[in-house]
Amino acid sequence: MEKEILEEGLNHNRRKFLSRLSLGVGSLALGSLLVPDLFSGKSEAEEAMMNALPHFAPKAKRVIYLFQNGAPSQLESFDYKPELIKRMGEELPESIRGTQRLTGMTAGQSSFPLVGSNYKFDQYGESRAWISEVFPHTAGIVDDICIVKSMHTDAINHDPALTFFQTGAQVGNRPSMGSWLSYGLGSENSNLPAFSVLLSRGRGNGQGVYSKLWSNGFLDATHQGVQFSNSEDPVLYLKDPESMSRSERRKMIDQIAAMNDLSMNQFNDPEIAAKVKQYEMAYRMQTAVPEMTDISKEPESIIKLYGPDCLVPGTYAANCLLARKLSESGVRFVQLYHQGWDQHGNLPNEMRLQAEDVDQASAALITDLKQRGLLDETLVIWGGEFGRTNYCQGKIQVDNYGRDHHPRAFSIWMAGGGVKSGMVYGETDEFGYNITENPVHVHDFQATVLHLMGIDHERMTYKHLGRRYRLTDVSGQVVKDLIA
Amino acid sequence: MTYPTINRLLAFACIGFTIFSCNQKESSEILISEIDQVSYNFHIRPILSDKCFACHGPDANKRESELRLDTEAGAYAALKDDPSQFVIKPGNLEESTVYHRITSEDPGELMPPPESNLALSETEIQLIKKWIEQGAKYEPHWAFVAPEKSPLPEETDWTTNEIDRFALKKMTEKGLQPNPEAKPHELIKRASLDLTGLPPSPEVLDRFGDFSGDLTYEDLLDGLLSDPGFGEKMAIIWMDISRYSDSYGYQDDNIRTQWPYRDWVIHAFNENMSYDQFITWQLAGDLLPNANKEQILATAFNRNHKYTEEGGVIDEEYRIEYVLDKTNTVSKGLLGITMECAQCHDHKYDPFSQKEYYEMFAFFNNTPEKGYQGDVSQSKPAKTPILWVDQEDLSGVMSFINYADTSKLSVSVMGELDEQRPTYILDRGVYDAPTVEVEPSTPSSIMKFPDDLEENRLGLAKWMTARENPLTARVFVNLMWQEIFGQGIVKSAGDFGMQGDLPTHPELLDWLAVDFIENGWDIKRLMKQILTSSTYKQSAIIKDKHLKTDPENLYLARAPRLRLPAENIQDLVLASSGLLVRKLGGPSVKPYMPEGIWEAATSGRGVLATYVQDKGDKLYRRGLYNFIKLTVPPPKAIIFDSSNRDRCEIGRSRTNTPLQALVMMNDPMILEASRVLAGKMWEENREEEKAIATSFKRIVCRDLTSKEKSILLSYYEDQLERFKENPDQIVSSLSVGEYPLEEKNINPETAALMQVIVSIYNLEETITKS
Repeated sequence: MEKEILEEGLNHNRRKFLSRLSLGVGSLALGSLLVPDLFSGKSEAEEAMMNALPHFAPKAKRVIYLFQNGAPSQLESFDYKPELIKRMGEELPESIRGTQRLTGMTAGQSSFPLVGSNYKFDQYGESRAWISEVFPHTAGIVDDICIVKSMHTDAINHDPALTFFQTGAQVGNRPSMGSWLSYGLGSENSNLPAFSVLLSRGRGNGQGVYSKLWSNGFLDATHQGVQFSNSEDPVLYLKDPESMSRSERRKMIDQIAAMNDLSMNQFNDPEIAAKVKQYEMAYRMQTAVPEMTDISKEPESIIKLYGPDCLVPGTYAANCLLARKLSESGVRFVQLYHQGWDQHGNLPNEMRLQAEDVDQASAALITDLKQRGLLDETLVIWGGEFGRTNYCQGKIQVDNYGRDHHPRAFSIWMAGGGVKSGMVYGETDEFGYNITENPVHVHDFQATVLHLMGIDHERMTYKHLGRRYRLTDVSGQVVKDLIA
Repeated sequence: MTYPTINRLLAFACIGFTIFSCNQKESSEILISEIDQVSYNFHIRPILSDKCFACHGPDANKRESELRLDTEAGAYAALKDDPSQFVIKPGNLEESTVYHRITSEDPGELMPPPESNLALSETEIQLIKKWIEQGAKYEPHWAFVAPEKSPLPEETDWTTNEIDRFALKKMTEKGLQPNPEAKPHELIKRASLDLTGLPPSPEVLDRFGDFSGDLTYEDLLDGLLSDPGFGEKMAIIWMDISRYSDSYGYQDDNIRTQWPYRDWVIHAFNENMSYDQFITWQLAGDLLPNANKEQILATAFNRNHKYTEEGGVIDEEYRIEYVLDKTNTVSKGLLGITMECAQCHDHKYDPFSQKEYYEMFAFFNNTPEKGYQGDVSQSKPAKTPILWVDQEDLSGVMSFINYADTSKLSVSVMGELDEQRPTYILDRGVYDAPTVEVEPSTPSSIMKFPDDLEENRLGLAKWMTARENPLTARVFVNLMWQEIFGQGIVKSAGDFGMQGDLPTHPELLDWLAVDFIENGWDIKRLMKQILTSSTYKQSAIIKDKHLKTDPENLYLARAPRLRLPAENIQDLVLASSGLLVRKLGGPSVKPYMPEGIWEAATSGRGVLATYVQDKGDKLYRRGLYNFIKLTVPPPKAIIFDSSNRDRCEIGRSRTNTPLQALVMMNDPMILEASRVLAGKMWEENREEEKAIATSFKRIVCRDLTSKEKSILLSYYEDQLERFKENPDQIVSSLSVGEYPLEEKNINPETAALMQVIVSIYNLEETITKS
């Protein structure tokens, strides 16, 4: 009771502080104030500001977003539609299609023949969720995840749809979700960037990714996603020249600091002192990051869990393992992109390969986090930028077909971090074309992710050129049903 | 605006700043009692705009209770549901509903409503109270009233030109005094970086010395202004505004050829083309009578935005997107207004209706441009309409284009349809929701579009460069000020609207803008005017008083210390090492870049799927010539806060991060430059003291102090010992970069000197304009 009163008092002061702050300080980059080692000149006001966020008790502390770039078909993964098999080759009824606009790839088609999944489905776990045969490992963790079958988006092409998912707007130079969280919550680890990005590519038809997807937009550049590569330089420019030992590097940095100190004496510019700190931080990163990316010390059981691919740098499996390590070390937002999900044709063959590349490691990540007791505080998201049409792109052949882009209904899954587990949310019609129950718009999804992180999506705003921007643009409702 | 109005407006401005820059802890009552007359423009409008206009402002569709506070008529009106009550009754607090609502204890009554996440501070409430008591007078928005020259504040011994008279007045009001003049070598470095983006060589430093010889500071400026580096330096700013890049931007992101436009910009700045002509050509060069190819090339300004080559897109969706981008770029980059907010609905803060947005849009909606011209497999280096440049052009009117190849060049430029394409207001800004048809025009709140002007881009250019246009000259003068002093007189250089920052020196801004117009929009003259001022020539030393009174240096009682932009860091490193290849223009180059950056993010299609690094001279060009692939912009530049060129940007942020330290320590370009300079210095001097001192002077642009000398020397000796003891490390240290490593340079002294030079490149002072 006493504790409650105390907390209420603290919260009251925080609220008061925040409201005072919003009047005076304006658009300070919050996150930059939260990683003391990264930035200089921390004032009392900034110190207090750290306490202002989160807006309420967070369920999740960190996010790992497994983005399936190219848009995996919901009809071959989580949205089981036997009706489509029954009606194989029949025309998509006008009444179902309604006013849906089509991409230029199928807009010219004279016929829209329905096509059912080539894969077998079965029901798993306590939720009896339908999952297709190409995701056997995901089926194994079904009681730990929440499948959302009723996602919908505004965009019908990859670039705008990806940009929409990541930044809340289809076009424009807005901050990415990870940048927003870096800005709002900072990093838990002062030696690692708050927002880290890992890329991989599968064997299916791919679409590029773009570094604007992890751009800081109008936020300070300290909030941009830092891309980890699979080369010997995991973070750009991290690696010293071969002949430069740690002690030589130390010596040089000390020497630079001694010179900068003289400059400080002359100019008295706080930026000089800040620069000296940045070199110290860089020095620490040079040790911390390689330790992080080194998976040679991982036990056999972990390698087995993620699969042998995890030993091959740059694969999705290796990135999942690295994501766990980064997240475990306090990286606020780890963003993976896995390319290759754009099956306009040859879907039954390609999607099997894609699934093979990601299924085991995605499930392993959940299991691994769970066994470490981290799943409760880590939100994991798996999904693409839109869904795929229930009709065939081009001609249906025996055992082969393709699907075009479909924004009206698609599936993703979420796990951990305060999301209900063992649940299937939302429903689509028997054609898998329209949502019939509990639609979740991209902005709703974003609002929910922020909510789980303790942030009110309407309150975390940044004023840029006169306008207060937020991740969810001008809409978005927290989907309370998804929250445990 | 009439002359007395300005004066009144300005007189209050200084008081306004006391309030808005004050520490929140200070009591609001004291501050408010200092204000004799509350000003709408400087005290009240910023509050109303930020906290009230979103629901009670220009946007008719979102207006609550049909009540608006952005106009006098709206504010003085009777309440809709209770005509006996008034929104605001001038001079009468009791009968002013606004006052009751902003002070209400009842959360249901309180304005702004708690759920808006907005709230008024005590100071703001007190200001509104006092304003109502004093008669609640409205004033037109300062930036939408044409600037006039106001009388100059007095001259003193310190003032050199008009800038100083305004600046001194302001700093004196703040209790600040100007810093002493910077040392001559500091001025030489500062002016060189500001005007050319290049450091002065030791020879230049020695030639000008302390300006006591034949060569004056003015001679220095004249020399720098006539250096071709001037155009290159200025072009960086313009490339951000015109969102220049070398690729199409969306998805597969294939190559395009817009660089001849970049070369034209460099050329125009170097030729000192007047600013009004500079923007007229870019907006409407193709519509000028007997337009030549150079004038048409300039219109590439409006074709630098992204183009999709993603299969399956809807043509009209993207054609509209391109017109939106043009509209937004011209509004933000040239007029300093955020028109884009009116794309989906009436502007929430500024008096721009959605109709006016599409009237502006209509100017750009009449080109033969297409939304989609095929996917990456059909990609061409330019898209319709195209300007073809052949050998004859290159030796004639287009001789400024640096192109050795004999093939024709193609550039995406503007063109006009014979028959006007109708423009409609788009509901919610969506391409397939046209409503009411509109004609080309400009926002009337800025300046009415005269009846006698052509209703096309040429008419728009004339409107924009008219003497009476309140924004164009102010915005450009402010942009130049921002470039030199680190922040504009209006800090929000891209937003002169209601939500923008107020000018710190309104009289100065207006004086400079009018003077700029009166002198033929002469850019080099403007730069020289700024650089000859005493304000500019102050030392950058920061005193405790500065940190206490004016940490942001708003009042300019010292020169700023600013980290160089990414491009100029590259320039400084290459120039000081002697590696820089000073060639103007030409196709963009691909210098060293960490492996796999493009490859990791590509779809695998198009010629930019893999990064093919250039060789030889192309490794040593100035930073602005680096190839920019939009979906994966050069990482080093991004780490140093460059624009990603996705949109028009007017100014960059300046961060200080560990990633920057890593670049400076490990970038092969810097290591190579250090190696090459070390080799040269050791060869020429054969003696460490002289070699270190000369290197330092080339890089930091001044002589070493004795303390610095001892630090660097002892580091050198330490390193020399290291390499003598570990001779195997000599070659491995020196083997960096593609510049040939000669046998004569492989020795422990050069290796040790290289480490010293790397550390000099890593000094804060090296990459800081101070």
